This record gives sequence, structure tokens and C-alpha cells, in this order.
Amino acid sequence: MEGIVKRFPGVLANAGIDFSLSWGEVHGLLGENGAGKTVLMSILYGLYQPDQGRIFVRGKETRIRSPHVAIQLGIGMVHQHFMLVPRLTVLENMAVGWEPRLGPLLDRRAMREKIEALVEEYGLEVDPDAKVEELSVGEQQRVEILKALYRGAEVLILDEPTAVLVEQEVEALFSTIRTLKEQGKAVVFITHKLHEALEICDRITVLRKGKNVGTLSASEATEEGLAEMMVGREVVFTVSPEPVKSEGRVLLSVEDLSARDDRGVPVVRGVSLQVYDHEILGIAGVQGNGQKELVEAIAGLRRPTSGRVKVGEHDVTGRSPHTLASRGLVHIPEDRHLRGLILTFSVEENAVLGRHREPRFALGPWAQRRSAIRAHAQELVRRFSVSVPGLSAPARTLSGGNQQRLILARELSRAPQVVLAVQPTRGLDVGGMEFVWEQFLKARKEGAGILLVSMDLDEVMMLADRIAVMYQGEIVAVLRRGEATKRELGLLMLRGKGAVD
Amino acid sequence: MRWTKELIPIAGAIVLALGIGAIVTALTGYSVPAVFKQLVIGAFGDWYQLAQTLTQATPILFTSLSFLIAFRAGLFNIGAEGQLYLGAFFSAWAGFSLRLPPVLHTVVCLLFGAVAGAIWGFIPGWLRAKRGANEFVTTMMLSYVAIYLTSWLVAPGGPYHGTQWANQTVRIATSAQFPRFIRGAQLSWGIVVGVLIAFIVWYLLFRTPRGYELRAVGQNPLAAEYGGINVARNLILALVLAGALAGLGGAAETLGTHRRFIENFSPGYGWDGIAGGLIARAHPLGAILAAVLMGALRAGGQAVDRAGVAPADLASVIQGLVIFFVVAPELIRYLRRLRRGKLGDTEP
Repeated sequence: MEGIVKRFPGVLANAGIDFSLSWGEVHGLLGENGAGKTVLMSILYGLYQPDQGRIFVRGKETRIRSPHVAIQLGIGMVHQHFMLVPRLTVLENMAVGWEPRLGPLLDRRAMREKIEALVEEYGLEVDPDAKVEELSVGEQQRVEILKALYRGAEVLILDEPTAVLVEQEVEALFSTIRTLKEQGKAVVFITHKLHEALEICDRITVLRKGKNVGTLSASEATEEGLAEMMVGREVVFTVSPEPVKSEGRVLLSVEDLSARDDRGVPVVRGVSLQVYDHEILGIAGVQGNGQKELVEAIAGLRRPTSGRVKVGEHDVTGRSPHTLASRGLVHIPEDRHLRGLILTFSVEENAVLGRHREPRFALGPWAQRRSAIRAHAQELVRRFSVSVPGLSAPARTLSGGNQQRLILARELSRAPQVVLAVQPTRGLDVGGMEFVWEQFLKARKEGAGILLVSMDLDEVMMLADRIAVMYQGEIVAVLRRGEATKRELGLLMLRGKGAVD
Repeated sequence: MRWTKELIPIAGAIVLALGIGAIVTALTGYSVPAVFKQLVIGAFGDWYQLAQTLTQATPILFTSLSFLIAFRAGLFNIGAEGQLYLGAFFSAWAGFSLRLPPVLHTVVCLLFGAVAGAIWGFIPGWLRAKRGANEFVTTMMLSYVAIYLTSWLVAPGGPYHGTQWANQTVRIATSAQFPRFIRGAQLSWGIVVGVLIAFIVWYLLFRTPRGYELRAVGQNPLAAEYGGINVARNLILALVLAGALAGLGGAAETLGTHRRFIENFSPGYGWDGIAGGLIARAHPLGAILAAVLMGALRAGGQAVDRAGVAPADLASVIQGLVIFFVVAPELIRYLRRLRRGKLGDTEP
């Protein structure tokens, strides 16, 4: 790719980028959110047309008018937000648009054979007959990779693939990538996790503000050097929680809670836990071990089959999110787009989601206090440094990091007693992560209890005062900070109690 | 301004559709200038014709509002036609059965119409919210129940068969009637009430917590639930309001246009509301313009037929083309959004 320029209204996403990819290479694409990584690769995948610049595939100048053309050229892309039809099975999803036919019928057998061969070859374990809506995010990612390979991808673009994975899943993904590389295929690995880029990539290109700041071989790169290239200044990688003293008040108490998933399978099985004041309780676990359902059951979004949830002294089992919020429990949901925001609503409308009926913002059900809503949104945007085109702009126009800031601003500004947070830094850049972490530590210092569910073990180990490991719907261990190594936690997450010996 | 950005492509679509309409007219062997002259004269030729356009626009305005308020909550109200009939009948009933002072009588008749329509909206709303029954199907089926029910009520042998020569009720009391503007034309205060209601619907949707919740449920039910909004209740409310609006449209027909309930009085105003709501881009104030456009097409089409320059069918083709061209982009956009919404938005 040579001199790629792409403008969006008000944004120069790519300002003349050169980028090259060789066969048998894993090429890391690093940069903060909004640096233009995804846009550049979307151009290669035919989703956008560049305003200027040329693309050469196998030495020949090519116009990639659509993803269809890209696929025919052997280019596949796995997006950060998966492009799967939730209602269809894995098999059907892979077939969409590329159905092998048996006369007018779908040749399911041929498809199944081909897919099973791919699963075998690349170690991408997934049940071809499961419906996609029932799969964990990690499994959905495997489906996306399989889909690309099934369509004959020789060049595979992975957009922040590890953002949703745990340590062991990352290992599996990396071994898949290595297999691809050995076969002479090329992989573009978009990320902002530096150590991962260094581990798996042969070459690394860093983008900043739509420009290529440099391409270097992984062997000559260092984390510090790359980070400076990315943000243009030195950065802090970690935050260190200062010790605060808990008064030993139980803010959130979950007693013997059980819940079923959407298929009706009991996936939360008798979970008991307490969150104290001035505390972050981390929940570590491999995706799909009931964390999602546990949080939904606590947050009033899923009816528990048995057990109790108490916020302070109040029993709130099965109560609505509205009631929970009035008791001081707020929720930073896992999926910003699906739960946390209404993307078509404006920033100000989103700023009061969940509070829109409070007397502060409404005179009964028949009149809004528009100026109060606007002032509140203005205040949130200022205090939490949310960068927005305007308060009336749809939330869709914000970058991922700013969307998350807006949600945090909305929820944490309610001065909550208890914060439920699921994957709060998923898909954020270094600056965004730092911000989220600092906000949590601030809330902790002010006395809140935080239940933090994360697939990122580093994050949990860094922030949590105690770590509960969830395995197959149960809490198998609760450890204090510094009591366990990453390896031990990983084993507990993978094998449950049996791992302790 | 945002609305000029919406209006220009619509105007373009109308011109394009009329152009194709002209080609069709020429190919079928009729005179293009004669047909288009009658279309314009029929719609806007003089005060009487303009009144005709607005008379037809009145019920379409109500049914467009009905469609779009449900659409804003993510629902399809396909049953406005039936809700319109019920509203028309029950307002007529209140009009000839009750004895009340002027103004008050009119208001009571409007309420009867609104409540009748609302009940017909509540049933599919409740079925959708509590039982998951697709409102597309239930509103349409109930629509036929309502149409045939009112037909029977005024048929010979039915309880409200009021006159010998036609299947209709007796006349409503003068105290219930909407005043008319021009002698000899049916245009009544119904259009004024319609415009007023359009503003009320706008206020409701965009300036009240209720409207906020309704739109939130339509745009993202999961986020609405997360925000403590009762999704089921809002689905029911949306269809109740949709039914009430269509019912009011029926009442306006009874009180202003016909002054009684007549079997099969609607030439498909309920269906026109679907097109009207989409042409309006689901905006209540846009519905006023959309209804006038639809009314003009109907009035112009009648003039083409009456003047004998071409059969009514050809006028219908031209109407259909205009609606199709104006609605198509919105429909495509909606379907695309629906698809993208499910898969996660990936625009930068």
C-alpha cells in the first residue's frame, strides 16, 4: 500500500501511509485508538475506498472495490466487532455468501468436512452446530478466523484479536498464527498490547494520527521504544493502587446465587461472595465460565434461579436496574454498543440514560428539563475529558475510548456504593486504559466497592485487592493480592480446584 | 438546516417518479400533458380542489402519526385501517346517541374514537410484550376483524343500520360536528386538530421522558433495559398510542367529512399511513407534509379519472411510483441499520 489517504467528515484517518506485507510474515500494526489502523486495513479489505494512494497485491496494482473482491484476492479480515449472524449456527455463518451447492440445495456435508479439516489443522476448536449467539466472544473469534480461512484467505487481518481473550486463549491463537506463518501465509496483527506484538510479530509498523511513524523488525524493538512511538511521549504502563483501609462493611453480598444462560443451561452454580468498602474484588476466569450471567443476575438483567443479592442491608434479588441504581449499585456493561449506549441517541441523551426520570432531569413523565440535561452532559464531558464533536452528536460518532469514558462518567458520577464492571478496558488504547483504572482507584479511595470482571489477568492482578477465580459457574478460589502468581491463577482458571495440588 | 437536507432528495425522488410516470403514460397511449394538467388541477387548481387535497390529507396525517409512533418504538403497526374504522364508528355512536353541548360533544366524540382505536392497539401490544406475538401479523389480522365488525353493525339487520339506501348510521348531532371551511367542500376542522396532534406527538417523542423511553426501546432494547426502562410496558404503550391516533383519524372523518359512519368509507387511508410515516422519515412534523403529498396524489388522481383523460388505474400507477421512490431509500436505510445494529456498528 502506497500513500494511502482517507478522509472522513472532520477527520483525516489516513494521511498518506505506506505499508507493505510479505508472505510468511506476521506484521504487527500498532497505534492508539484513532491512529488509523483499522481504517487502513479496512481499505485493504475493500470496506472503504482510499481518497488517494495505490494498492499492490502480488506486485500488481489492484483496486479493491469491495470485501468480495478482497476475498477473491485471498485477503480475509477478522473485525474487532464480529460480523456474524447471531441466530445462525457456526456452519451456516461460514457458508453465508459462499455456499457449496448440491444442485439448488446447500451441500452441508461438503461444508462440514472442509470445516472439520480446518478445525483440525489450525487447532481452532468450536462446535459447528452451535448457534453463534450462544458462543463466548473467544469462540466467536475462532469462527471468524475459520470463516476467513474457509474462504481461502492467504492474507489474514486480525483487528485487536487478543482484546477479548485470556492468557491461555491467547496462547492458542498465537499457535494458530504460527501455523499460518509456517504455511507461508501473511498475517496482519492489529493491537495496542506491546508485549504481544513483540512476541508474535516479525515486523512492527507504528501508526500515529494517520501517519506511519516507522516500521521495524521485532528483534530490534523494545516496549518502551514502541510506546514512545505510539503516543509521542513516555507512558506509564501500570497504575499502582495505594493501600487504603477497608472499614469491613459489606457493600455487596451475593449468597448462593444460581442462574441459567440463554439456552437454559445452569451456568452460575451457587456463587457466594462479598464486596467490602474501599475494595476491588476481581473475578478472573476463562470467558464462558458464567461470569457474564453472574453479573447480569446481580445487575437485574437476568432472573436468578435461586440465591440472594443484597446491596448493603437491602435485598435486591431480581429487582430492576432502576431499583438497584437507587440503592447505589451501578453497572459498567461488557458491551458498550449493545448495553451501555444507544448509539443513535445524542451524547446528552446518553448522559442521562437510567437517570432520565430523576426529578433533576424530568418534571414527571410529561416534561424533560432540557437545560438540566444539557448542563449535566456538559459537566460529565468536562470532568471526565470525553472528547465529543458536540453534545447533540450521536454517540456513534465517538471513538471507542470516548464512548467508554462517557459510560464511566455517567455511572461513576452517581457516587455509587457498588460498581459492577465487566471488561471495562476491552478494546481501549493505553491512554484509555489508564483513565479507566484511575477512575476505579479513585472510586475505591472514596469508599466504593468494585466488582471487576476481566479476562485480562494482568489487569485483575494489578487492580484487585482480592481475586476470585470462577470456573464452570463456581468460585473455586479467593486469593489476596500477591498471594498467587499468574501461572497459578491461570491453572485455577483452566482446571478449577483440582489445580491446587 | 437538517430538514432541508432531508427535503431536497425527497423533492428529487418526486420529480424522478413523475418523470417515469410520464413515460408510462406515453407508452400506454395517453396524453402526457393532459394527464399531468389534471393531476395538478385536481390537487391545487382552485380553493375547492385544494380543499379536496387537504380533506384527503386529514385521515392520512393521523394514520401516518399512528404508524410512525409505533415505528419509533421499533414496532410495525400495520393495522391502522381497522383502528381507523373503529374510531370512526364509535365517535359516530357518541355523536348520534349522546346529547351534549357543542364543543364538549365534539371532544367526547374524539375521545370515543381515540379509546376505541387504543383498545385495538392494546391487544396486539399486550400480545407482543407478554407473549412475543409478532405485531405485524396481529395488527393486520385485527384490522380485518374491526372492518368487518363495523360493516356488520351498519348492514341491513345490524343494530345501527340507519338509512334505507346505504349501509351507514344515522347522521350525528350538529353539536358534535366539526365546522367546515368552504361551502360545498368537506374540508373541516379535522385538519387543524391533526396538525395540532402532530405537534403534540413531536413534543411527546422528543421532549418528554416517556418519549425518550419509547425511542430508547426502539433504538436499542438491551440498552433501554440496562437503563431501567420497562421494555414491555413501552411496547404496549406505543401500540396503544398508535391505535389511539388512528382512531382519532377515524373520528375526524366522521365528525368532519361524512358526519356519520359509512361502511367502507376509507379507500385505504390506514395503508397510506405506512407510506406517509416512512416518507416523513418517522418525524411527526414531516408527517404533515407527507400527508399533504399523499392527499394531493389522491385528489389529482380522482381529477384525472373524472376528466376522462386516462383511467383511474393510470393515476394509481403514478401515485404508486411517487410513494415508492420517496419511501425506498428510507426503507433500505432502515433495513441496513437493522442488519448493522445486530452485528455491531463498525463505522469509525
